[in-house]
Amino acid sequence: MRKVYHKIIHIAGNVITVEADGVGYNELAEVTSRRGTSLAQVIRLDNGKVSLQVFAGARGIGTNDQVRFLGRTMEVSGSENLLGRVFNGRGYPRDGKPEILSDMIAIGAPSVNPAKRVIPRKMIRTNIPMIDVFNTLVESQKLPIFSIAGEPYNELLARIALQAEVDVIVLGGMGIKYDDYLIFKRTLDEHGALSRTVMFIHTAADPTVECLMVPDMALAVAEAYALKGKRVLTLLTDMTNFSDALKEIAITMEQIPATRGYPGDLYSQLAARYEKAVDFDGAGSITILGVTTMPGDDVTHPVPDNTGYITEGQFYLRNGRIEPFGSLSRLKQQVNGRTRSDHRAIMDAMIRLYADYKSTVEKQSMGFKMSGWDNKLLKYGKRFESEMMNLSVNIPLEDALDLGWKILADCFEPTEVGIKTDLIEQYWPKEA
Amino acid sequence: MSENIHFEKVIGVNGNMITVEFTAEVMQNEVAYVHVGGSRLKSEVIRVRGNRADLQVFESTVGLKVGDGVEFTGELLSVELGPGLLKRVYDGLQNPLNLLAEHSGFFLQRGVYLRALDKDDKWEWTPIAKPGDTVVAGDRLGSVPEGIITHYIMIPFSWQGEWKLESVTPAGSYTIDDTMAVAVNDRGERRNVTMTQYQPVKIPISDYAEKLLPEKTLITQQRTIDTFFPVAVGGTFCTPGPFGAGKTVLQHALSRYAEADVVIVAACGERAGEVVEILREYPELEDPRTGRSLMDRSIIICNTSSMPVAAREASVYTAVTLAEYYRQMGLNTLLLADSTSRWAQALREMSGRLEEIPGEEAFPAYLESLIASFYERAGLVKLRSGDTGSVTIGGAVSPAGGNFEEPVTQATLKVVGAFLGLSRERSDARRYPAIHPLESWSKYQSVVDSAELAFARNILRKGAEVNSMMKVIGEEGTAIEDFVIYLKSEFLDYVYLQQNTFDEVDAANGADRQRNTFALVQSVLRKEFSFTDKDDARRYFLGLRQLCMDLNYLREGSEEYKQQYAAIQLKINESGDK
Repeated sequence: MRKVYHKIIHIAGNVITVEADGVGYNELAEVTSRRGTSLAQVIRLDNGKVSLQVFAGARGIGTNDQVRFLGRTMEVSGSENLLGRVFNGRGYPRDGKPEILSDMIAIGAPSVNPAKRVIPRKMIRTNIPMIDVFNTLVESQKLPIFSIAGEPYNELLARIALQAEVDVIVLGGMGIKYDDYLIFKRTLDEHGALSRTVMFIHTAADPTVECLMVPDMALAVAEAYALKGKRVLTLLTDMTNFSDALKEIAITMEQIPATRGYPGDLYSQLAARYEKAVDFDGAGSITILGVTTMPGDDVTHPVPDNTGYITEGQFYLRNGRIEPFGSLSRLKQQVNGRTRSDHRAIMDAMIRLYADYKSTVEKQSMGFKMSGWDNKLLKYGKRFESEMMNLSVNIPLEDALDLGWKILADCFEPTEVGIKTDLIEQYWPKEA
Repeated sequence: MSENIHFEKVIGVNGNMITVEFTAEVMQNEVAYVHVGGSRLKSEVIRVRGNRADLQVFESTVGLKVGDGVEFTGELLSVELGPGLLKRVYDGLQNPLNLLAEHSGFFLQRGVYLRALDKDDKWEWTPIAKPGDTVVAGDRLGSVPEGIITHYIMIPFSWQGEWKLESVTPAGSYTIDDTMAVAVNDRGERRNVTMTQYQPVKIPISDYAEKLLPEKTLITQQRTIDTFFPVAVGGTFCTPGPFGAGKTVLQHALSRYAEADVVIVAACGERAGEVVEILREYPELEDPRTGRSLMDRSIIICNTSSMPVAAREASVYTAVTLAEYYRQMGLNTLLLADSTSRWAQALREMSGRLEEIPGEEAFPAYLESLIASFYERAGLVKLRSGDTGSVTIGGAVSPAGGNFEEPVTQATLKVVGAFLGLSRERSDARRYPAIHPLESWSKYQSVVDSAELAFARNILRKGAEVNSMMKVIGEEGTAIEDFVIYLKSEFLDYVYLQQNTFDEVDAANGADRQRNTFALVQSVLRKEFSFTDKDDARRYFLGLRQLCMDLNYLREGSEEYKQQYAAIQLKINESGDK
């Protein structure tokens, strides 16, 4: 039988310290107070003193309340029965159905051996030209959407999820609005995808600390499915809330903050989650699409900054469009060499010209006379924005490439676009 | 050295740091194993205070309890050196990852350590030393062929004083643990020499006659680097850049095309996916210099971002120790560390747990001296055998927010010989490699003539000035002479600075090809053109650019290449007739 401890000697923020022995690092405990029972996790051992973060928050915990250690770390079921179910940040059902306790697996399992990974080679088609042509999404990629509050990032996430051909969708919501949860649920339901979806939802109304477990639970489930050969898409929204919860605990534990109050291990913490994205050698895969909201639209903020260094690219969502600058898919080179021979050339040339267009717009706004070249760029830029960048455009990759050639031919001479001559000869639209 | 082993107890756990109360002697940087639930977790002493030692654990500390046993070994954190290191893929502590996968499957199980070298492999031994010879640490006893290189078996670097060889094993086929020689010293101590030895990673191998000034260019086959910002054999360089600017792509290009004998890639705290590309592709790719697989000259040290943080700190030292070892054989080694910022962050995490007084951005105050001493392990050396060998170090730096003013970039800039700064502005415009041509610098010798280079640099500088001026006064207010300078600088950028890593031909340019292309570009830069108007000038340069870009995609020496080269020369000369 597990011993029960009654001597809480320190309470600060959501962290309590109790005198106990024989406790393992990261072990779980149940803290029972007049507010009910909450899970807590050991985050520091110092001789006989054990510090725990209390998931439901330390509010209302008394110095004589009881702490019972469970002798295990956090676990979640990896069973097939999870499909179609919704859980909260503690892993309890949110949908009123019974708990699932079969096939329990520990969360936060060790890292995948790089020798057991394979090079990702499968393109995920989204029919969004800004993704398919310019920043192709690849199976097993980890990629966040960088955005600010108010942008339709969750809608974009849902759209990609539905368009992608995957076996299982795992949604991890952290600090999301209840409305957003309902929208996700409805969208997935409308497209008949709910039965292949598992949701771990922590809403903005739930205790902050509870969201710390969401990515780990979602990814542990994803991993269990992937090991069974399934292709899993994991959606994590919003990782900035997760980072803020980490910050809160770190400050309470009196850790020396690195930048803007965030702990020095923010990079490692985020990496431990994003790196779960994998294409297993001989099993399934995990693709991670995250959302990182940038406080103040500042990409140098520690959360987007560290994220950018971890993930394999990012999509900037601004003014309802995926920005060509800054947006990047690092894995696109793995697939866009084998789609169509003009894919890379169109991708590079169109962006380069769009960059030139941007500087021409700058010149124009300062009132300079537009040269013949400037006028060509202006014409091009407007068409690029309305026909390629517009998120309502929904066409397959090949059509998008043809469209690209058409726009180029309508605006420029063949020598002006900086594409190899043999490709120009093959693809440049012939005069009608 | 089993007499030094003693057992102590854990009294505190904080993340990957544990505190141990000890009774017998402990040493700074000593290796200890924490016993938990049947497994032994490797750890290293990082601070001693009174009778308490703080240790960083190279594994997850989940489940550790106060009172768990800790076994102190009396040894420093070391790597095993010997034939068979090439082609291997190790984690930061020199565990072979392929064997770990056979042992534990998909995941890296904690507490599993395997031997770095294969004890069953046979090597063809040729002795050099004879019985009766007097030898000291680092002297060559014999050699074995390791793929393309001659691997010398040396007296362990840690041996003190002079030794006399009692016997030397005759030529034949042996395993790494067979005795290759027996040596005695004047105190009558007798030791066996096998093909392997252990070397503490944080102590540089300094067994050479003298350190020389790095003067020869290390050909990386990247035009921007070799011509404009060259790296020297035995030199140091850094490639800082914001995320997405192409650091890793550049590092991969260097590891593939640089003309070094041995390349060691330390993937330190970065993405696992990127290492996988190397792991899976290099065995298939041919190294044009040797005709062998690219993997034959490579060692990969891979401690990716989700692997334990403390081992990340160790991984750069493991990598540089291996580089120094091959240097001792008279080889030119290139160490690419991606990224040193992650290593610095590992130091910061640990410093935070130790509750040290933080320096800038919470990095430890000793960050600068650690970075300096790491890069100082690079160098061109004259060995006591008369050969020269070198370690060239290139570190990627990932500055927070892309801001080069941060501590890691600044500390690195102080100690490197070349700075290849990657810029977001250039990568946004898809001008790859995004090495900024005006902000970067190098103290080493270029593959082209320095006066010519200065001329080209000047065009770039003036072109940038004209460009920024045009943003203020507009194109119509710019004199045609200035406008042509701007077009020349753009031309240079497009056909020379930009290089397509993903094109089979354009990806790598040897020194000769660089000189040829540079001469062609230079003839354009030096030419006085007379154009009727700006549109005329622009049209001319765009046409010329197209021809030169096509040239870059043609195989050197092929018939098409020669024709294209001549056609371009003609176009340049013709325009002067106006």
